[in-house]
Amino acid sequence: MAEFLYLYRGGQRGWSAEDSQQIMQKWMTWFKELGASGNLKDGGQPLEAEGKVVNGKSGSVTDGPYAESKDLVGGYTLIEADTLARAAELAKGCPILERGGLVEVRPVMKLDM
Amino acid sequence: MVAALTRVFGLHNLELAEDVVQDAFCRALEVWKIRGVPDNPSAWLMKAARNRALDVVRRERTARTFAPEYARLLESEWTLANAVQEVFEATDLRDDRLRMMFSCCRHDLPETAQVMLVLALAGGFGVREIAAAFVSKPAAVEKRLTRAKQKLKESGALFDIADDTDFLQRLPTVQRALYLIFSEGYHGASAKAVVRADLCHEAIRLTRLLAEHPLATPSTRALLALMYLGAARLPARLDAGGNLMALFDQDRSRWNRKFINEGIEWLERSTTGPRMSRYHIEAALAAVHAQAPCTEETDWKAIVALYDDLMQLEPSPVVALNRAIALGQRDGPQAGLAAIEAIEHRERLQTYPFYHAAQAEFELRRDKPENARAHFEAALALARNAEERNFYNGRLGSVPGASSAASDAKMASLAFL
Repeated sequence: MAEFLYLYRGGQRGWSAEDSQQIMQKWMTWFKELGASGNLKDGGQPLEAEGKVVNGKSGSVTDGPYAESKDLVGGYTLIEADTLARAAELAKGCPILERGGLVEVRPVMKLDM
Repeated sequence: MVAALTRVFGLHNLELAEDVVQDAFCRALEVWKIRGVPDNPSAWLMKAARNRALDVVRRERTARTFAPEYARLLESEWTLANAVQEVFEATDLRDDRLRMMFSCCRHDLPETAQVMLVLALAGGFGVREIAAAFVSKPAAVEKRLTRAKQKLKESGALFDIADDTDFLQRLPTVQRALYLIFSEGYHGASAKAVVRADLCHEAIRLTRLLAEHPLATPSTRALLALMYLGAARLPARLDAGGNLMALFDQDRSRWNRKFINEGIEWLERSTTGPRMSRYHIEAALAAVHAQAPCTEETDWKAIVALYDDLMQLEPSPVVALNRAIALGQRDGPQAGLAAIEAIEHRERLQTYPFYHAAQAEFELRRDKPENARAHFEAALALARNAEERNFYNGRLGSVPGASSAASDAKMASLAFL
């Protein structure tokens, strides 16, 4: 088993209350499935759109990240799967896909020293 | 709500669940004092409790473990709000309450402890209300509850009501606890009529929940029937002056017709099984009384026959006493007294005020006022509250010149205890 990080990017926000209830229900179902199949390592957290960017040697702090909303990381989850292909396959169930967002699947690097 | 939250938090976090609900109530009272009670107070409370639960989980999730089925979902904001929301949804709440009731009725807990737990965790009773119901000090009740909860927590998991075999096995214990709650309300030692009515209504509410469950047995429906039929008479048990009214002195127009109809309906629905339970018999007894227009037209033959059945099923001195009273009603005071004397183990009834009162009434009816007086005095000495004391005092006062018709009426009142 290897670990993979799902980075959720984009996806439309600001749904109506009813709409968001429905969406959250879908996330819930998906997480339950991942949990039941033993693929969920850590549910992770959703992220707010606002934030700060700290940059350069001087550590300058600016409001950010101001990426285009389709590129903005909206949250993360840690997954366990046999292969990258399998992790990618599992990501197809993510509700963010229905909202025009995408899931970036990244293997967690193992540093054997 | 405590039952619902315990499902998410896990049984080991029982106190946390109670705190959350308590907080929600306190907050509600504060807000309502200022802004007035909202249109839908229970929805408001539910929302307050849900929000409070979310806060608590966020604060505690690193320090505590929650129920294994939910732990995962509570860890992540992706799912936390929904997971909590889910357990607050109506259909679940019903099952949660049942699950809690079943969990509380453990064989290794004394019945009183079971009853207190059911009231505190599945019902909506606070420590003070439970103390009032059992005429006990809040601190003492608190102590008992703490011990019982500890035991409950040790069991590790809530009772699984989805397992049919387990459900049916535990069911009689749950029924018994509910029956005790009702009895405590109906004959209880608490002097406050409101306290007792609350207990009766809570027992009905919880039993109804159980009776509507798909696995509920005919005896569960009979239990509910008997509660409705008994509670129907509550409004007439005290007269305008707050005096205890014997069954047959009661103003029958004050009996709750709706409850009588409910009771009869549930009794009819309970006649499906092969086995007759004591609840069936007791409900049938209550139904005979409820349907009689007055004392004289009560079907005492039927009542004696039902007590005979009950003696076969679950013989006890108290049942035998009731049977003797009904018999005396049917065949006269001499027969009644003879039947009382024939009760096995009747020494166990010595501390039971109705035992002495029954003999007093029969003695009165066969014109032995001296005997009657002695028995009424014994009953008076055992009376458990002011209402009962007033009642026996009144009976005592009426001894010398008591007309036998009035005595008839009082006598009959004891036939259904």
